[in-house]
Amino acid sequence: MNTHPQVLDGTGAEISGLSAPAIGTPRTRVEGRDKVSGKARYAGDIPIERLAHGAVVTATIASGRITAIDPSATLASPGVIGVIDHRNAPRVDPEAGSPFFGPDGQLQLLQDDQIAHGGWPVALVVAETHEQARAGAERLRVSYVEQPHDIAFSPGHPAARPALSAFGPDANKGDLDAELAASAVVVDESYTTPAQHACAMEPHVATAWLEGAVLRGIDSNQAPYGIAAQLATLFGKPLSDVRVQVEQVGGGFGSKTGLGPQLILATMATMLFHRPVRVALTREEVFLATSARPRTDQRVRLGADRDGRLRAIGHEAAFEISGKSEFIENCVEIAKTLYAADAIRTRLNVVPLNILPVASVRAPGTAPGSFALESAMDELAERLDMDPLDLRRRNEPEVGPVSGLPFTSRNFQLCLSEGARQFGWAGRDHRPRRRREGHLLIGTGMAGTSFFTTAFPSSATITAEQDGTFTVAIAAIDIGTGARTALHAIAADALRVGWDRIRLRIGDSAIGPAWQAGGSLGTTSWGWAIVAAARDLLEQLESGPALPVSVTSDTTEEIMSRPHRERHSYSAVFAEVAVDPATGEVRVRRLVGRFAVGRVVNPLMVRSQLTGGMIMGLSIALQEEVVRDEVSGRQVNADFAGYHFAANADVPFIDADFVEDHEPDDPLGMKGPGEIGTVAVAAAIANAVWHATGKRHRELPIRLDRVIED
Amino acid sequence: MKEFAYSRATAVHDALTSVVGQENARFLAGGTNLVDLMKRGVETPDRLVDVRALPLDGVHEARNGDLVIGATTTNSDAAAHPEIRRRYPALSQAVLAGASGQLRNMATVAGNLLQRTRCAYFADLSSACNKRVPGSGCAAVAGVHHNHAILGASPACVATSPSDMAVPMMLFDAVVHYETLDGKGEIPISRFYRPVGDTPHLETTLPDGALITSVTLPSAAAGERSRYRKVRERASYAFATVSVAADLVVRSGQVREVRIALGGVASHPWRARIAEEELRGGPATPERFRAAAEAELSAAKPLPHNGYKLRLARNLIQSVLTEIVH
Ligand SMILES: Cc1cc2nc3c(=O)[nH]c(=O)nc-3n(C[C@H](O)[C@H](O)[C@H](O)COP(=O)(O)OP(=O)(O)OC[C@H]3O[C@@H](n4cnc5c(N)ncnc54)[C@H](O)[C@@H]3O)c2cc1C
Ligand code: SF4
Repeated sequence: MNTHPQVLDGTGAEISGLSAPAIGTPRTRVEGRDKVSGKARYAGDIPIERLAHGAVVTATIASGRITAIDPSATLASPGVIGVIDHRNAPRVDPEAGSPFFGPDGQLQLLQDDQIAHGGWPVALVVAETHEQARAGAERLRVSYVEQPHDIAFSPGHPAARPALSAFGPDANKGDLDAELAASAVVVDESYTTPAQHACAMEPHVATAWLEGAVLRGIDSNQAPYGIAAQLATLFGKPLSDVRVQVEQVGGGFGSKTGLGPQLILATMATMLFHRPVRVALTREEVFLATSARPRTDQRVRLGADRDGRLRAIGHEAAFEISGKSEFIENCVEIAKTLYAADAIRTRLNVVPLNILPVASVRAPGTAPGSFALESAMDELAERLDMDPLDLRRRNEPEVGPVSGLPFTSRNFQLCLSEGARQFGWAGRDHRPRRRREGHLLIGTGMAGTSFFTTAFPSSATITAEQDGTFTVAIAAIDIGTGARTALHAIAADALRVGWDRIRLRIGDSAIGPAWQAGGSLGTTSWGWAIVAAARDLLEQLESGPALPVSVTSDTTEEIMSRPHRERHSYSAVFAEVAVDPATGEVRVRRLVGRFAVGRVVNPLMVRSQLTGGMIMGLSIALQEEVVRDEVSGRQVNADFAGYHFAANADVPFIDADFVEDHEPDDPLGMKGPGEIGTVAVAAAIANAVWHATGKRHRELPIRLDRVIED
Repeated sequence: MKEFAYSRATAVHDALTSVVGQENARFLAGGTNLVDLMKRGVETPDRLVDVRALPLDGVHEARNGDLVIGATTTNSDAAAHPEIRRRYPALSQAVLAGASGQLRNMATVAGNLLQRTRCAYFADLSSACNKRVPGSGCAAVAGVHHNHAILGASPACVATSPSDMAVPMMLFDAVVHYETLDGKGEIPISRFYRPVGDTPHLETTLPDGALITSVTLPSAAAGERSRYRKVRERASYAFATVSVAADLVVRSGQVREVRIALGGVASHPWRARIAEEELRGGPATPERFRAAAEAELSAAKPLPHNGYKLRLARNLIQSVLTEIVH
């Protein structure tokens, strides 16, 4: 066995024999056979010689200070190599963080004795085996002095302040109060959503070791390049001395876009103990120590004329945040783009509390934001005595409602009409509590959304090999979405060769700068870079140079020189529910989603991704919530028995499909098809529950204790 | 997890001698509850005696017609047994409403009756919990108790029994048979679980070191129309919020026989004897069912965040009885 493992790109060798055309053709995953046969390797599977294992010890208080750590029992425990805590941990750069949100206190592990939330890692126990490390960790005695914690979230909290504006300024179009006053019908309601976790099946795992001056890492993440850059800054190394790789990732859903505690702690351990060290978080630690989606409280005000024309949209949202890291849960994004109105005002506030740092989780911002806005639209339709679908048809903007910029391509109306047709919306009795089947109340509901899209700068290198094949290298990552398969298709078409002539290398920060599998923009951003490199390479090949020839292309300039325009994906979602009023049980019977997500590279996988997203939306509507104990300040449901999401039996037939759409400013016509599947579902279900029962649910999840009738 | 010794017994007597005098020895059956709690450090046995190879597997009919379910019979086998499905359908339905297929293939009948509460504080060593550490307090009373007890609880502990199987066992007046080195014994299920009082850590009346050998279902208690209905926070793979097992015999609109047991409301499956009494001999109407349920629940003491269980239990009793009538 090699001390320093060969990390593969994970494609296996099963790709020969397939041929073009590629884009638009449904294809199963190139690594599918490896995955189902157990050959595919995840970050915790890769064998490494002399590997030691780290187990994390997390804080049992939500606020306070460590007074003592007694490692004697741990050090006497079999196999234990050592303990790292704030007294001996390597010092790290306090400025390290992310380009969007600045310095990130979440990265400052084991730097001091302060505890600002329950579950904060306070020590790492390193041992010969994973089991010995865990046993040693259980024996570590940590003493604390507790200080009062504050986890009481409310928009009027005295510490509330405006969120960062990195995702755009507040909207201040027109005079909201005047337009509301002039409106025939007004809705003014507040909506709340709980904290939620990403819940990727693969827990966070990393292995780190030093190879001379080079810090090597194998990490389960969504951004090998970005994370290598964060790691380099954190430990004061040049980026050329840091290399982060990964073959397969078992889901991330946002929780693996930033540098995680697993890789920071593994790095500290390898620096101290001069062994390769692997840190695998337990499920509970994933809940306690990797970031979550914040709770939100959103006030939506809508004003309309009798005919349903919107005069006013006010969307003021607050979300919780930890004192350690900034984040923008941009709940108000769609209020700025989805509907035309004379006045549009948005506000976004944060409330710092003693909670786990919050970050991207499955459609950040838009998932909770659309629940509020699209529930309010349904309430407006109710008060106007109007079909909620018609209400949405009447408020289609010509240009960006706040920005005034033209849309690149806007197919929201097509999503609405196609979805309605497929669902059989026509002829619906819009009054609530009209349909019964035995003791069950039946209802239908709908909602729509936009989802911001763009492309982020990336670079790709393509080599024309002597044997007629092409090696395509990009620091992309496939977290289970099918990105690897899509990039194969994009490369084959861009190089105008058969699929079997493409060799793809991804998952390695050393390849060069590339965007993450995040914002639903991974494949879009990487695809553009591959198209650019293929174009440049084909140009070079025209002169018949000696092979191999390599070309590296970067898309920064092309992306930055696009015209300023409104770029969004769109969806419309329709739901049918059955409610048992005696028990409060809500079952979703049918979900139909129609999506305008630009050009679809691989319909099989994109449909599967959207279906999965809709299931997440269903879970957000009915089940998911982080439950915290107000006395201890800690999460009490930090496992899959306590943190519920939809089981198979909860998932009905889901019909997810695309409408014709094309992004003119993208070389492939792509938008981003990932997260939008999750977005409008909770509102569609909540609206259907209202239609079934006559009761509005402005608080998620729609638990049975909130639905049960007398 | 603490280190422990492991042995596998093939005869009941060997199993009993391997644990005798050892306070920290435990029988290991499917391990689906015990091993989880060991990983959390809640259970810390020094010795595990695996009982799965004991000749205690399978279901058979005793000469008196009672159905005998061996202690190590898996939940899956119990649920699938034709006589259980025919004579005690609520039991089969309850087992199938629990856990997942994989877990039911591992879990045994005895293990199911002895599974511990799912109260989150019980499983978290850093929380106060009288059941885990007597005298340490109860974090659930002031904490998260959305799914805790409304009946029979005490200030010392408000946890519920999570077992689905135990609810119809209570309905059918099952009898737990055990063996110790002193000989054999039996306990009717109505006396198997102790009241909570101020000793929530003492859950059953099983003598120390006793091995459950079987559970019998009296033939006289069979209920071919019996039903089990479980309400939970998703459609499957979740513990009960409230569940009801019931059996009802109606003649000319009058209740001849009625039995009702509730799950998810107390530290053990709750036989609704007050409701049964109210209904016996009276008219079998939904209004009466509801009134009887209310009578049963009048003694309930909900906590600040689980009051909805009152409505739920009442509605569920009413709807299950109504379903049986129709
Ligand atoms: C994810 C999950 C979901 C679940 N969902 C449900 C659910 O919805 N409904 C439900 O009812 N249950 C559910 N369960 C619990 C499951 O039913 C129990 O864990 C199982 O029945 C226990 O049986 P076992 O044989 O595995 O017991 P073990 O875990 O082996 O043992 C449990 C206890 O019984 C003792 N014991 C075992 N056999 C004997 C014997 N013969 N004599 C004396 N003592 C004995 C052991 O010493 C131990 O104390 C779930 C469990 C899990 C892990
Ligand atoms: S309810 Fe019972 S099990 Fe739960 S914390 Fe209180 S004492 Fe412990």
